[in-house]
Amino acid sequence: MAKGESAVNLPHPVLASFGGAVEFIFTPQTSNVTGGNKVGGFDKSLELVLKHLEVTVIALAIALIVALPLGLYLGHRGKGELFAVGIGNAGRAIPELAVIALVAVLIGVGLQTVAPALAILGIAPILVNTYVGVHQVDPAAVEAARGMGMSELDIMRKVELPLAVPTVMGGVRAAAIVIIATATIAPLAGVETLGDFIINRNVYGENGLLAGAILVALLALTIEGLLALLQSRLTSDGLKLKTV
Amino acid sequence: MRIDQTRVRVLLAALAALALTLGIAACGGGSDTSSSETSEEGGSGAAIQSNPENGKVSLTIGSKNFPEQEVLGEIYAQALTAAGYKVKSALNLGSETVALKAVKTGQISGYPEYASTALTSFFGLEPEEVPSDATEAWEKANEEFEKEGLQAFEPTPFASANAVGTTTATAKKYGLKTVSDLEGVSEKLSLYGSPECRQRIDCLAGLEKLYGLKFKSFTPVDISLRYTVLEKGQADLSILFTTDPQLSAEKDKFVILEDDKHVFPAGNIIFVTKKSVAEEAGPDYEKTILQVQEGLTLKVMQELDARVELEKETPKAAAKAYLESAEYIE
Repeated sequence: MAKGESAVNLPHPVLASFGGAVEFIFTPQTSNVTGGNKVGGFDKSLELVLKHLEVTVIALAIALIVALPLGLYLGHRGKGELFAVGIGNAGRAIPELAVIALVAVLIGVGLQTVAPALAILGIAPILVNTYVGVHQVDPAAVEAARGMGMSELDIMRKVELPLAVPTVMGGVRAAAIVIIATATIAPLAGVETLGDFIINRNVYGENGLLAGAILVALLALTIEGLLALLQSRLTSDGLKLKTV
Repeated sequence: MRIDQTRVRVLLAALAALALTLGIAACGGGSDTSSSETSEEGGSGAAIQSNPENGKVSLTIGSKNFPEQEVLGEIYAQALTAAGYKVKSALNLGSETVALKAVKTGQISGYPEYASTALTSFFGLEPEEVPSDATEAWEKANEEFEKEGLQAFEPTPFASANAVGTTTATAKKYGLKTVSDLEGVSEKLSLYGSPECRQRIDCLAGLEKLYGLKFKSFTPVDISLRYTVLEKGQADLSILFTTDPQLSAEKDKFVILEDDKHVFPAGNIIFVTKKSVAEEAGPDYEKTILQVQEGLTLKVMQELDARVELEKETPKAAAKAYLESAEYIE
């Protein structure tokens, strides 16, 4: 704990434990309930980050597959606003732990339980944003496309979706954040994510808890940054110029 | 319209992480006042006497957040109410670390803890160093608690321990009676346990170190799923509790393997409180707690656990039924 002592000199106890948490991420630490086995450290942290990422990507993919076509269709038809927004908002209100517990009883624990349960959280923002994004596309553009002889499917694909990209991506980013944050409860259903550090305070102590929170925050920021980049690549240049 | 939302999202991400941390830190939040069931009659010799003196004292009884602990918390809370104290309860503390801190900071007056957990988790004993005798374990724990201005009351009759459990079918198939019997077959078997089991010396770490066992896999699950995973056939082995009602109610379905090398120390419940709190509360505090826990044998505790876990009674109702049937309260 030689390096930890330097942290004690920091002006505030919170900062001191922050130092301890950073150390926990990189160097295995002792714990008084493990019989001498070290806990934490870089390899374990990396393993948990990767698992956390895997769960997030799968859940987000499921949410996209479900919510994007549905939102597109409803937005295009201009119908079912109540349905889309209602489902969306109800989705936000579902207690995730209850979903996981329920699915676990039905099909058992593991990735096959955790990923769909987390996807439910992601469906809400993607569905609502896609619906709104498509719905608010200028009707003149849609009419023009129809006049040119585009099929309804083509209109959705080539006119409405590209014009709605910024709003849709807003929903995807919100979904990603909520999934990353909630994936911390996955260790209760058989998948060891970064939540392992946070849930098992008896084993990892305050440093482990804080280390888990820091890693989750960093992961969320990274994914957010990547999705922002993706959004700007997907947004058509014409759309960008329009706002200037 | 293209609005740059990055800043907002970044802030949200940071907030999400913060909220998560705070949410967990605040796990010990909720508390509710238990209804006053004051018994003023002194009919049967065992009934708790209400002492008007105690009305000046406010107590908050805590417990960890699983059924057995909640029932115990309720029993103590209702008994102390009957003794005339003003009692609140906080029966949802996330872990022993959180509970002990709550006692030290005075957020709760006291809570029930397993003597074995106190010795291994708070005072760093190896599981094999935990005395198997209840009184000895209590004395050892109390000695340590006293150094920190705390106190532990005498232990309950029943003891609870973790155990490696399996289905009777699996036990028969591999001829398993003791944990040592797993030698040579554990590589083929999957083990499920609470998330913290993996690292703990009184759980998976101990099975690996003291028994030299290696399992096909270890999967963390919420402890409420410990029987579900066996029933679903997902788990070959699961970490159970010796006080589990399923072990007596479904005897032909589940068995526990004898812990022949003592990785899982048995723990009787000791009520942990602050010395200053005990002095302020007067003699009825300790007296009431010791009196109501006298009837808590392994069989009674299993029954109470069954009421809550299998019959879905509330811990409050189960505790009340216990106190009434033992005639501690009217």
